[in-house]
Amino acid sequence: MKLITAIVKPYKLDDVKEALKAAGVVGITVTEVRGFGRQGGHTETYRGAEYKIDFLPKVKLEILADAPDVDRIVDVIAAAANTGKIGDGKIWITDVETVIRVRTGETGASAI
Amino acid sequence: MESGDLAWVLVSAALVLFMTPGLALFYGGMDRGRNVLNMLMMNFYCLLIVPVLWVIAGFSLAQTPFDNGFIGNFDSFFLKDITTAGDGGALATVAFLGMFAVITPALISGAVADRMKFSAWALFVPIWLFLVFVPVFKWVYGGWLFDRGSIDFAGGTAIHVNAGIAALAAVMVLGARKSDPSPPHSLPLVMIGTGILWFGWFGFNAGSALAANGQAAQAFMNTFLAAAAAGLAWLLVEWKRDGHPTTLGAASGVVAGLVAITPAAGYVSGPAPIVIGLVAGVVCCYAVRLKRKFGYDDALDVVGVHFVGGLVGSLLIGFFANPSFFDGEFDEGIFYGGGGKLLLEQVIANVAAIVWSFVITYLIMIVLKKTIGVRVSAEAESNGLDLSEHGETAYHSGS
Repeated sequence: MKLITAIVKPYKLDDVKEALKAAGVVGITVTEVRGFGRQGGHTETYRGAEYKIDFLPKVKLEILADAPDVDRIVDVIAAAANTGKIGDGKIWITDVETVIRVRTGETGASAI
Repeated sequence: MESGDLAWVLVSAALVLFMTPGLALFYGGMDRGRNVLNMLMMNFYCLLIVPVLWVIAGFSLAQTPFDNGFIGNFDSFFLKDITTAGDGGALATVAFLGMFAVITPALISGAVADRMKFSAWALFVPIWLFLVFVPVFKWVYGGWLFDRGSIDFAGGTAIHVNAGIAALAAVMVLGARKSDPSPPHSLPLVMIGTGILWFGWFGFNAGSALAANGQAAQAFMNTFLAAAAAGLAWLLVEWKRDGHPTTLGAASGVVAGLVAITPAAGYVSGPAPIVIGLVAGVVCCYAVRLKRKFGYDDALDVVGVHFVGGLVGSLLIGFFANPSFFDGEFDEGIFYGGGGKLLLEQVIANVAAIVWSFVITYLIMIVLKKTIGVRVSAEAESNGLDLSEHGETAYHSGS
């Protein structure tokens, strides 16, 4: 089992969600996060004073998937979140030892 | 007082009361999220302490008898002899002026944001009320500055210049914040606060006619126009200078215009409010940058908006005052053939208020600093005053 973590632009969240649902993904966890990558931050000017805003708002999605589904899901996210501009985000995959469904106690792939 | 006038003064008093919560939101939105409740409380505290002190002795010392030159006496202690017997006009006036006494120290809160101990603020407000607000109010309304011929319709000198320069003195004792200034945590709050201020300011200015008459209507119109013109001016300057027309710029300009028209509201007419607004919008938009040049940490620009805006309006009366339009007993401004006499008196009145307010405020802050201390600990400052001073959190995540 794998954990797919994706950082995307907040306004692309709906597109990504719809694409994932259409691809058969049954669960997503979403967190509002702030951060910077190569895009860096930006400056805002209030009353003539410039403020450097280093951390930009992004959305983090976490999806548990069975190993054979991972590549397909990653492709779906990448396609839906892509605008071609800097700041589109990142996707990474990590190994998951096990998964437990709280309600039934099922473990492994059947708990996804 | 005629019943129509009484009704207008009572309504105006309620409108002015609403300005203090409006100011709290205007400042609170500009402040950091971890200090927003402290900012709201510094303002609300003025709504709690000042009315009580105003009725006990504030009004008496500020207005009784009207023709005392420097300070009143205790003849109206606890409003003795001011009753509703008759028409209620005197009592309504006490209430109306009390609202001004509430908002004047509240204005200072924006400068000391993010680091002043609430206990120090709790003592500062009553001391400042009696040692600074009351005497300056007396001089301007019935006292020696009034006798010399200076005019201040709704409190440019007595309120905005007074509180603005006091803010400068206060932050000079208090010192700068430890962390870098941060951008406003909630501009929607700033915009709501600005709307409430503008709404309440119709009572502040038009109510200061203390009658429902033509002067009140003109003051109302001037309040409407100067705020709009100043908001427009600020927006255009920063659009050209900084690249964007910002909500904070529009709000700041509106407030600067309201401040500037305050002393002039019942003395000018025609295009004057638009000119006063435009000048205030441009001048204040540059004045808020002075703090970085001179190195004083006036957190939310009380000096740049209230002191400078109040001074601009008060001095422009020297050019635009038009007594024949109002059938009033004040001198003509330079544009209406009055020569420089009124302008000179405006300068004298503001210098007197500035010197007194600055020196006494500075001394009050020094005494507080040496006794109970005026600053929160460095730890409290970084964790936020909402938690250290009030044990509360404005924004709980996940609730």
